[in-house]
Amino acid sequence: MTDLEKQVSEDQDVEDVEEQLELPDPLEIPAIVVDAMVDLHSFEAAPAHQTDLGFPGELVDDWQERAIAKIGDLRKKYRSFRVYLDSCVKCGACTDKCHYFLGSADPKNMPVARQDLLRSVYRRYYTIPGKIAPWLVGARDLTEEVLGEWYNYFHQCSQCRRCSVYCPYGIDTAEISMAAREIMDDVGKGQKYCNEIIAKLHKVGNNLGMPPKALEATLADFEEELEDDFGIEIKMPLDVEGADILLITPSADFFADPHIEGLMGYAKVFHNAGVSWTMSSYASEAANFGMFIGSYDNMRKVSRRIRKAAKDLKVKRIVFGECGHAWRVGYAFLNTLAGPWDFLDQNYPIPQHICEFTFDEIEKGAITFDKSRNDDKVMTFHDSCNVARATRMGSNPGGQFDYPRALLKASCNHFHDMPEDTIGEATVCCGGGAGILTDDLMDIRVKGAAPRMKALRQVTEEEGVTHMAAICAICKSQFTKILPKYDFDMEAIQSVHQIVSNAIVLEGATVPEDD
Amino acid sequence: MAYELNGETIECDEEGYLSNINEWTKELAVLLAKDEKIELTPEHWEVIDFLREYYEEYQIAPAIRVLVKAMKKKYGKEKGSNKYLYELFPYGPAKQACKVGGLPKPTGCI
Repeated sequence: MTDLEKQVSEDQDVEDVEEQLELPDPLEIPAIVVDAMVDLHSFEAAPAHQTDLGFPGELVDDWQERAIAKIGDLRKKYRSFRVYLDSCVKCGACTDKCHYFLGSADPKNMPVARQDLLRSVYRRYYTIPGKIAPWLVGARDLTEEVLGEWYNYFHQCSQCRRCSVYCPYGIDTAEISMAAREIMDDVGKGQKYCNEIIAKLHKVGNNLGMPPKALEATLADFEEELEDDFGIEIKMPLDVEGADILLITPSADFFADPHIEGLMGYAKVFHNAGVSWTMSSYASEAANFGMFIGSYDNMRKVSRRIRKAAKDLKVKRIVFGECGHAWRVGYAFLNTLAGPWDFLDQNYPIPQHICEFTFDEIEKGAITFDKSRNDDKVMTFHDSCNVARATRMGSNPGGQFDYPRALLKASCNHFHDMPEDTIGEATVCCGGGAGILTDDLMDIRVKGAAPRMKALRQVTEEEGVTHMAAICAICKSQFTKILPKYDFDMEAIQSVHQIVSNAIVLEGATVPEDD
Repeated sequence: MAYELNGETIECDEEGYLSNINEWTKELAVLLAKDEKIELTPEHWEVIDFLREYYEEYQIAPAIRVLVKAMKKKYGKEKGSNKYLYELFPYGPAKQACKVGGLPKPTGCI
């Protein structure tokens, strides 16, 4: 090896090392790979799941006519839908904003391309240029192939609305995605994951299909565990008539970890506040998958359960647990779907988020924290998309970002945010929202989580972050599965109220020994 | 989709969960486990038996936490842990053990 060659080789070594040290940009734009995800087909709903929701059991013979007519209906019913379809100028601002595009490199996962799957058909049948000269305006006939494309790519959208933040016209891909799913349901081509779950909720009261007897036994089990650990009675009340507060929480809080730890956290906060509260076996679900499939009727039916439970139990307030989409429905639509709520106490938000409840308690100075109990952790916070971009907490703009962080900072000594362009309003989705959290879509779930995982990697390396908290059941379940695929521990995802739960000092309680 | 056992056809869904849970037998469980690349040991059966008893009573599989606690009570600390259950059913005790035990797949945001 000559001196020059040696020098070059050493330089390369240095570059290689530098390359390894440089962490990938979470929002790095990939070189496109056409049709990378074209074959990813989520399981279709069985006839029984379809008919349970009022949809045809299987693809109807006249599906084309029916789908086209449905586009016309939606165009009349939702002005937003028409504006979104008409106003795109193809500026390209959204193209690199979707986590599924960033992770999969498939150009049809660019928001504008996803919208165009439906927009092209709308143009063909509902605009004059599209009727006369479809080839000039990108208008397409609705063929079986197009329907197939709809099915596959509208089930690679988590309706997270990140793209809409960057669209100069405010076009909301989530609404187009919801409309597309509604049209498909209406012609008999629904998705198994969503529709089976909604059917279960209508029958049993929650997405799990957990009957009241099982719920009662499960809660009793949790109470027993709390008493064993802390030496005091911390209640998990169910169906208590006359309680002040009705807690509506995602059923994952009864079933999965770290969700259960969050539920225990709410129970401790309520216990500490000395309020009377209850859950309902009839309305034992906060999540509303009716929104995922764009079905107003199903969304309404799900919400009406909450109304009935609140009336039957004669409560004064409704508090929602940690559930992202539920909070969107709760915060933005609950009044029109299931109101008026004139029978509730008007001095409190209707509904109120558990983070708002806990925040108020902290503000009042009513909670004592021992932050050192979380000293084994360096926390960060993942903003869940629907909470971040469709709701608020408290009465100030940005409260939905500040409240959960305030809870974490009150409960632990070490907190660092992830890069700014991946949090707050710009948060990147967990990759599992809006009907994607199913094993048959694992490929896109893993790819769609890439931006968040890279952002987490950055704060892990640079700030020593060990755990990430969230306030959405889907985010928590998605991360539990996905974290190990990116070389993180599955338990690195925590509930916000789990961190609160660790640190809250309850009167008379003992501190549990580690197992 | 379906399983074939002793010349009989047993229907299942796309993911291999039985369409009719009443068609489950211990012999079928061995076949179901094989599909999951699991060889059933007495330790696996302890979990499956508990799941089936629980399902019988409550019409749903237990939360993992409930399962862990029950295992701990019945078989001791060693067997009452998430880690132990994941060793037996690497794809997750809830889904995989339910499948082998002939129970429906738990659904929801889980």
